[in-house]
Amino acid sequence: MTEKVDGPKAPREDDTSRGPASGPAETPRTQRRLGPSPTVAIAFLLPAALLLGIWVVYPIVYSIFRSLFDATGSGFVGLGNYATIFTDSGMLTTIRNNLIWVVVAPIVVTTLGLIFAVLTERIKWATAFKLIVFMPMAVSLMAAGVIFRLVYDEDPGKGVANAILTTVHDTFSSSQGYPDARPREGDQSGVVADKGAIVTKQPVQSGQPVLIPIVGIKPNIMPSAAQPAKAAPPGNALSGTVWFDFTPGGGGKNGTPDATEKGLPGMTVEAVKDGQVAGTATTADDGSFRFDGLAAGSYVVRLPQSNFEASYHGLTWLGPTLITPAIIGAFVWVWAGFAMVLIAAGLAAIPRDSLEAARIDGATEWQVFRRITVPLLSPVLLVVFVTMIINTLKVFDLVFIIAPPSVQPQSNVVALEMWRVSFGGGNNQGLGSALAIFLLILVLPFMIMNIRRFRREDT
Amino acid sequence: MTTATASAPAEVHAGAPRRNVITRIVDRLGGGAVQVVMVLLGLFWLVPTLGLMVVSLRSPAVNGAEGWWTVFTKPAELTIENYKNLLASGFTSSFWNTVFITVPTTVLVIGIAAMAAYAFAWMDFPGRDLSFLIVVGLLIVPIQIALIPVAIFYGGVGIFGTIPGVVLFHVAFGLPFAIFLLRNFFVGIPASLLEAARMDGASEVKIFVRVVFPLGKPAIASLGIFQFLWVWNDMLIALVFADTDNQPMTKALQSQMRQFGSNVDILSSGAFLSLIIPLVLFFAFQRYFVQGMMAGSVK
Repeated sequence: MTEKVDGPKAPREDDTSRGPASGPAETPRTQRRLGPSPTVAIAFLLPAALLLGIWVVYPIVYSIFRSLFDATGSGFVGLGNYATIFTDSGMLTTIRNNLIWVVVAPIVVTTLGLIFAVLTERIKWATAFKLIVFMPMAVSLMAAGVIFRLVYDEDPGKGVANAILTTVHDTFSSSQGYPDARPREGDQSGVVADKGAIVTKQPVQSGQPVLIPIVGIKPNIMPSAAQPAKAAPPGNALSGTVWFDFTPGGGGKNGTPDATEKGLPGMTVEAVKDGQVAGTATTADDGSFRFDGLAAGSYVVRLPQSNFEASYHGLTWLGPTLITPAIIGAFVWVWAGFAMVLIAAGLAAIPRDSLEAARIDGATEWQVFRRITVPLLSPVLLVVFVTMIINTLKVFDLVFIIAPPSVQPQSNVVALEMWRVSFGGGNNQGLGSALAIFLLILVLPFMIMNIRRFRREDT
Repeated sequence: MTTATASAPAEVHAGAPRRNVITRIVDRLGGGAVQVVMVLLGLFWLVPTLGLMVVSLRSPAVNGAEGWWTVFTKPAELTIENYKNLLASGFTSSFWNTVFITVPTTVLVIGIAAMAAYAFAWMDFPGRDLSFLIVVGLLIVPIQIALIPVAIFYGGVGIFGTIPGVVLFHVAFGLPFAIFLLRNFFVGIPASLLEAARMDGASEVKIFVRVVFPLGKPAIASLGIFQFLWVWNDMLIALVFADTDNQPMTKALQSQMRQFGSNVDILSSGAFLSLIIPLVLFFAFQRYFVQGMMAGSVK
């Protein structure tokens, strides 16, 4: 496996035992021990040992003790702070969020990384693609947070996420959106409401303009592009006008487009014959519509129900319900490149012969992927997966930056809560220490895993 | 791999198999769809950063009125006004704070870790294996564990809020990864080289400076770029240990987050400015970046 791809970058079992200039014969480990005296070794180690001792090891011990005391550090509370972590409702939300993070984010990142790594093998511009996807790794999580605050802006006119959603939505159902609008009914009106749609009472024919008066439109829904209503120019085609039959300030004649009354743009109009839609038109800014190329005859003109549904404005990404998935999305954006590059390196190390052999034996691409590629990749996939679990447990910056102040409680995670409780206004270093220890306990299994794996591979 | 293909063409050939006709046909047929999917995915990854860049180059009024993508129809609206305002508002000092925190940290981590790594790799002393296992264990200790104790300690010695305090914290938490990475590289140095030097009576310091350090350059470069980016991009440590006069860009920007809507001009230009140097480094040294990442995570 290791001889196939030669290069210092491929992850290999024996990566640790080789250097840039490893000679033909590796010297046995024991011979290295004939070095200088331990005093010299200690001198070389001293700066690192001091720093690690004071800044890392001592704080662990200190935090264990500090977590057993109250906010000011004077009263011993035993495991009280830990009890708070598991009973306080805000804390439980925090833990629930961490759980969502740990379950969702590593799976999504690893899966995407695998897909990207496999797909990049099939394109010529793989290097460019990898650079693009990998680039967020170099960007600070702070900047990534600002980037995604912009992406998730609720206004589809500003936030790219909702802009895409509304565009896709509108492609499949075009609707200007006039909720609560209804026809002006009555004897002199030619239209009537029918199962959410608006239809003409009588079939109409071309040359005879159809007037469709609408009421019940709230001012904030009125499109700014709307022009004063105009009757469609006479002609051979079936035509008419959809307008807001309401004169601001009173006056005006019901059922007739008066000078100050505005047309309703973007309304979908259907010409129906025998229950079948024979033609579709959309109203112009002055509310006029015209069916071109329609066979002569009588039609019922209908404004379908879709006109009267509220128009789609996308999702409230930064609201209390979607905030955690939204931030996980940003996390995936940041880390997918890491997963991809690692997995691609693992992929490059897979012996091609076994893949070829399987293909020659008639295995489909999917079978090759499922039965050979993935099992051979499993060590790399595990590394990526575990690294992502550790990263999700420590996630701080993204939540802090992306969640607006009002939804911070709903998006909270342990690492952020620790900072908030101890420095960000909480001023409770007892609880803060307990949270730090809690976080340490969460990563402890992976710490042990690292040590065991290192011992196994280094000997 | 991003860089292996670029840096070592031989590897491409080693990896590219001789494919039979059937696979080639399947590849052709599926190729079109794959291309489209990959272009879309690439856009998906590019668009958010592009958005930040465009927003930072448009006036607050324009940003308030329309989405950044309208820039494609109205390129004339671009302006560097935001950047001028940002620099006039004192952001420059936080830029220099970032530099003054990042550069010494990187140098110190490399120096201190290289010494320790050399000792771990090539010297004999009691408890060597056990203490190295402790270093491996410390690799993933969450920073949160040290915030409170170190804050109290800094208060006692009077360096709370200062740049040296921030730097030392970074150095300490950068060491486990650095020692791990360099030690694993140094053990690969041929023993004969070191033995020859020792036979010639060279001191350990001399061997370290003249033999180990030069031979370790690739690993040191990987470590350097990694450490630099890590510190440059840090927010948590700065949030706790840097006061307003010494705050790096990340903390300066964070303090503007509360009024996100009204501060988009400052935030976008500041965020973009803060990521230019990491991006330049990333593109210039991506080979070392990837190597460091591999060596650090594939244990």
